[in-house]
Amino acid sequence: MSIEFLTYIFIACSFVIYIGIAFWSRVATTHDFYVAGGGVTPLANGMATAADWMSAASFISLAGVISLAGYDASGYVMGWTGGYVLLALLLAPYLRKFGKFTVPDFIGDRYYSNVARVVAVICLLFISFTYVSGQMRGTGIVFSRFLQVEIETGIIIAMAVVFIYAVLGGMKGITYTQVAQYCVMIFAFNVPALFLTFTMTGHLLPLTGLGATLESGVYVLDHLDGLVEQLGFSSFTEGSKSSVDIFFITAALMFGTAGLPHVIVRFFTVPRVRDARISAAWALAFIAVLYISIPAVGAFGRINLIETVNGIDGQGTEYGAMPSWFQKWETAGLIAWYDHNGDGRLQYAAGGAFTGKDQRPDFWDVADDPVSRSMFNNTRPVMNPSAGDFDPQQQPFANELYVDPDIMVLANPEVADMPKWVVALVAAGAMAAALSTAAGLLLVIATAVSHDLVKSTLRPQITDSQELSIARIAAMISVLVAGYLGMNPPGYVAAVVAMAFGLACASFFPAIIMGIFYQRMNKYGAISGMLIGLISTLAYIIYFKFMGGTPDQWLFGISPEGFGAMGMLLNFLIAYIVSHLTPPPPKAIQQMVQDIRVPRNQGSAYY
Amino acid sequence: MQHQNLAQQYWRRNLQIIVIYLIIWFLVSFGAGILFADILNQFQVFGFKLGYWFANQGSVLCFCLLTVAYAWRMNRLDNEFDVHE
Repeated sequence: MSIEFLTYIFIACSFVIYIGIAFWSRVATTHDFYVAGGGVTPLANGMATAADWMSAASFISLAGVISLAGYDASGYVMGWTGGYVLLALLLAPYLRKFGKFTVPDFIGDRYYSNVARVVAVICLLFISFTYVSGQMRGTGIVFSRFLQVEIETGIIIAMAVVFIYAVLGGMKGITYTQVAQYCVMIFAFNVPALFLTFTMTGHLLPLTGLGATLESGVYVLDHLDGLVEQLGFSSFTEGSKSSVDIFFITAALMFGTAGLPHVIVRFFTVPRVRDARISAAWALAFIAVLYISIPAVGAFGRINLIETVNGIDGQGTEYGAMPSWFQKWETAGLIAWYDHNGDGRLQYAAGGAFTGKDQRPDFWDVADDPVSRSMFNNTRPVMNPSAGDFDPQQQPFANELYVDPDIMVLANPEVADMPKWVVALVAAGAMAAALSTAAGLLLVIATAVSHDLVKSTLRPQITDSQELSIARIAAMISVLVAGYLGMNPPGYVAAVVAMAFGLACASFFPAIIMGIFYQRMNKYGAISGMLIGLISTLAYIIYFKFMGGTPDQWLFGISPEGFGAMGMLLNFLIAYIVSHLTPPPPKAIQQMVQDIRVPRNQGSAYY
Repeated sequence: MQHQNLAQQYWRRNLQIIVIYLIIWFLVSFGAGILFADILNQFQVFGFKLGYWFANQGSVLCFCLLTVAYAWRMNRLDNEFDVHE
């Protein structure tokens, strides 16, 4: 059986499972649709949260980013796990006690204002739509990479599947499909990771394998540091970014994680406050099972890449002698090569092999057929080679290679010579990662529209079953919008994700924290804080990502990815000042704050 | 009145616990993984430079321990003050 056929079977089987689960858990009330009836066990919720949280970016891209950037990328590892400590300690238990359906619910009730509620809905839609467009794109990319179909076709298939189970099963359907998706993705990521670790170091676990020795007796990381430094890169374990920048990026990702509505809402689905705390611990543990392997996969992938391309003698490899995965991914456009020194061998070192902003190759597609390719030594011709300059003091030769970070996870099974079904498994895992996150996001979007906009603000008189119909319609429309955004992504995908985190960090996190921990905070402070955080972060990111701002203009050396943390500080500051210039919140609200701080209901009904 | 006092005591104890845990959270990630990474990188434990290890693995392991410990500690506190559900 061909790899492609196996991949079709694996993905089709996984889809059947997801839709079957959705059918089994279809719902009839808004309480089920929004929070799965509040009856999910902490263990199941932990798994679902982990799947909800780990997106196509975590699954496909992160190991590659770490592989190429080394220590500089560790902000992603710390940020995307450390946020759960904040969730467990500062948010989840109290929001569970508050006991409603959505994040705007909390903001609207706590700040006794429909203006605050609507501002929260706007922030939520902004964050979730930017984020979901990346996920839809992710599903399309998985299809195109593994099954050689157009990205658009892939997105349409994914839309259809999500549509069925999100609209039918709501939060209940999503929760139990996410449990299944978690199992698929964790297995798919760790099987190749364990295998790779074992073949390179003899250790079973990536956790210890990264600190182990290679066959030569040299530590993995020492060997890698030596390799990359010799080729003109900065040290793998020390990196080159400033500490201030890494600090702010990590902070923005951490606080952003804790402020993402689709993550927070998962903690509304467990029965009790103590379950919310336990569930957060489970979620982090399940996430860590994947995240702890990521640095190892990245490091081993980089060693393999360097040694495969530069050869054992370090002088490069002839194109014809490259392994078969090289041509496969070259055809997919994830690898490109230009022979700068004309010696017929590939060489990999620091510096861009191609020109342009991201030094991405610009393929000459006209000539992409076997006959024309033979004229270019079978390599895919590229139109934008760089000058191939290099400093002989720093590195032995110019870089001739472009590698997309995604290659580290996608090509791993082939690099490590693993059986065909593992490749198919990785495809199904990547699909699970993208679908689970997309579904979670679509649900919070639908809920925000039907519950927060229609039921709470515009038409309070509608019945529960009417509200449920509106939720389903909203889910359908958001699937369509998300699909459209996935096919026409707004700008550069990575920038878009940075924006989602920055905005969550600068708008929601402070508003929720102050709502719980600072009884004196009133609606004026919260609303002005959210707006300042949202606008300042949005302006900074748009200026530097889309209007051509240059790194030397960065405020205090903070890159746009890290500015959300600054926006958060501004939010806190403005909210504090404004709240002290305006009257304190009403007694009933202060009583409500007292109530959410204690797990057991004291009987003072505020709702 | 006494009821109010107990609730406030419970809240104060909770805040103390949160502050301690957050200090640890900050030290293992922003501290050891970023601010003091260069200093810690001078030490090598089992093939890891220590600063790099904290940034890529150590902090994640500590986060897991923190959330588990917090859930366990708060459940005990809830029972102690008889505020559990």
